Amino acid sequence: MVAATGRREAGEPWNDPNARPYVELRRVTKKFGDFTAVDDVSLKIYEREIFCLLGASGCGKTTLLRMLGGFETPTEGRILIDGEDVTDVPPYDRPVNMMFQSYALFPHMNVEQNVAFGLKQDRVPKAEIRERVATMLDMVQLGEYAKRKVGQLSGGQRQRVALARALVKRPKLLLLDEPLGALDKKLREHTQFELIGLQDKLGVTFLVVTHDQEEAMTLASRIGVMDRGTIVQAGTPAEIYEFPNSKFVADFIGSVNLFEGRLVEDEPERVRIASAELGGTILVGHGISSAPEATLWAALRPEKIAMSRGAPPQTENVARGIVQDVAYLGDLSIYVVRLPTGKLVRVTRPNTARHAEPVERDSEVYLSWDAASPVVVTR
Amino acid sequence: MSRRSAFVITCLAFGYAFLYVPIASMVVYSFNASQLVTVWDHANSPTLKWFVALLHDQEILGAAWISLQVAIANATGSVILGTLAGYGLARFPRFRGRFAFTAMTTAPLVMPEVITGLSLLLLFVALEQTIGWPAGRGIGTMIIGHMTFSMAYVTVVVQSRLATFDRSVEEAAMDLGARPVKVFFVITLPIIFPAIMAGWLLAFTLSWDDLVISSFTAGPGSNTLPMVVFSMVRLGVNPEINALATLTITLVTILVVGASWLAARARRRAAAAVA
Repeated sequence: MVAATGRREAGEPWNDPNARPYVELRRVTKKFGDFTAVDDVSLKIYEREIFCLLGASGCGKTTLLRMLGGFETPTEGRILIDGEDVTDVPPYDRPVNMMFQSYALFPHMNVEQNVAFGLKQDRVPKAEIRERVATMLDMVQLGEYAKRKVGQLSGGQRQRVALARALVKRPKLLLLDEPLGALDKKLREHTQFELIGLQDKLGVTFLVVTHDQEEAMTLASRIGVMDRGTIVQAGTPAEIYEFPNSKFVADFIGSVNLFEGRLVEDEPERVRIASAELGGTILVGHGISSAPEATLWAALRPEKIAMSRGAPPQTENVARGIVQDVAYLGDLSIYVVRLPTGKLVRVTRPNTARHAEPVERDSEVYLSWDAASPVVVTR
Repeated sequence: MSRRSAFVITCLAFGYAFLYVPIASMVVYSFNASQLVTVWDHANSPTLKWFVALLHDQEILGAAWISLQVAIANATGSVILGTLAGYGLARFPRFRGRFAFTAMTTAPLVMPEVITGLSLLLLFVALEQTIGWPAGRGIGTMIIGHMTFSMAYVTVVVQSRLATFDRSVEEAAMDLGARPVKVFFVITLPIIFPAIMAGWLLAFTLSWDDLVISSFTAGPGSNTLPMVVFSMVRLGVNPEINALATLTITLVTILVVGASWLAARARRRAAAAVA
């Protein structure tokens, strides 16, 4: 299940060619021996954004984050923060703080000392340290735990100490490595919204690394989907979900039905794709740019397919099949429908009415969809 | 009781007897009034006279003082060098000559002490002849000799502690503005301190009862306790030595029991605080 919150309605600096990026990666490559972890990545992140790097483990997202933190030096390319080239600046001189996946709290200090550590390094006056630490701890609701040892805290409390410790220095950019990865599901959902609230209040730019697409969709103003060291697509959660630019992105975010085919009708306003997998043609309500003979794929989200017992009124974009499997998830049900060609199609239906007539296994159904729903990808 | 557990208990009893009966008999005989170690004097025992004699034996007291100085200096020096070596080995997985460095730091663990002692003696003599240092042998040369092998133990202890160390803790400190040297002293060192302490105690103990290397590297008038005891025993076992052993065992027992009691209390407190 994927939820795009559509937050951050004020301005979209990434669409404004004159906007000044706060963080800029220029053709950054990182190699470990023969292995290329990050491959020629260019990226601009703007002030007050929450940018999520999303990808499977080993796709290079953590390496990218560590280069921004100063823990790895790029093999090639430059990194700019606030207009200044920081490629060779060590971590202790960067205006950046990081929240580590393991939280990396100092086990021999209590909560207060952990949070105060960064301010002490900057030789902030004692009275001010005390005040800022207290304010920060109140903000993450850990005021009463100031004197506790780190070993005596729960997972959620540790996560908040790590966050407070990274934020107390008022960095312009906060790097978060799987910030909610170690929390259980309920706590994670709650903490996601806390994180957004805190970010909004403090005006910090967040760069989050995660492998959890739901987390990325909830937090992000923009998502960068990474695969094998490159950013495959960057855009708002809705763009990524509704207009994936490749099979990889379509399949990685949410679930999708892909129909392989080729172009049989190519108009500026609409195209028609013949798909042997579907056993028919798919009408797509927008033009595409593609070589006429190339293989392409029509991607169709499960919730955008309507299912009915009787024949639907439309004549285009219809298929017949037999329900092979039904999974009831409470809020919605997932149906797996087998087409006469043998292709399995995934359809989801919300369970809006409590006593709706159920579609049972082995019943014959019609599938239909709007011409606006399919997205055509060429790779 | 099943037959098997009876068998197990018998084994256990024999095992403990094998380990502790000799020590127990020595402790008992330290209260024996007779000058002859193997003859129990029924009339005047038990007595503390050997303990009193021990406290007035200037040779033994002097040797104990030298042993203590050597052991403390050795343990401290070994901890500094061993921690540096262990840190280097744990943190720098690849550098030129790493293999040779690893082999050379740990070689003293398996090197026969006689060889180490003899080579040290030859080195000290040769050095004295060429550069005039060390001028004669004594406490200083013994400390150097002990450090050559104690350091290897500390290196191993520190290296294995650092192998399980979460490096992101150090990175976090650096991220928060601490420079690498400061990170080492403020973050790394306090966290691995228990391992360093264990290394210190190990080095102390190794030095305290070393005989072979001490004998090679000692000079006139710098006999350690094991050397004195060994030379006394060669002339016939003296009941004073039984008393000395009893005192040592008592001290060690108190320290070990006390340390484990403190550790257990710390664990209980931590558990109570979490609950």
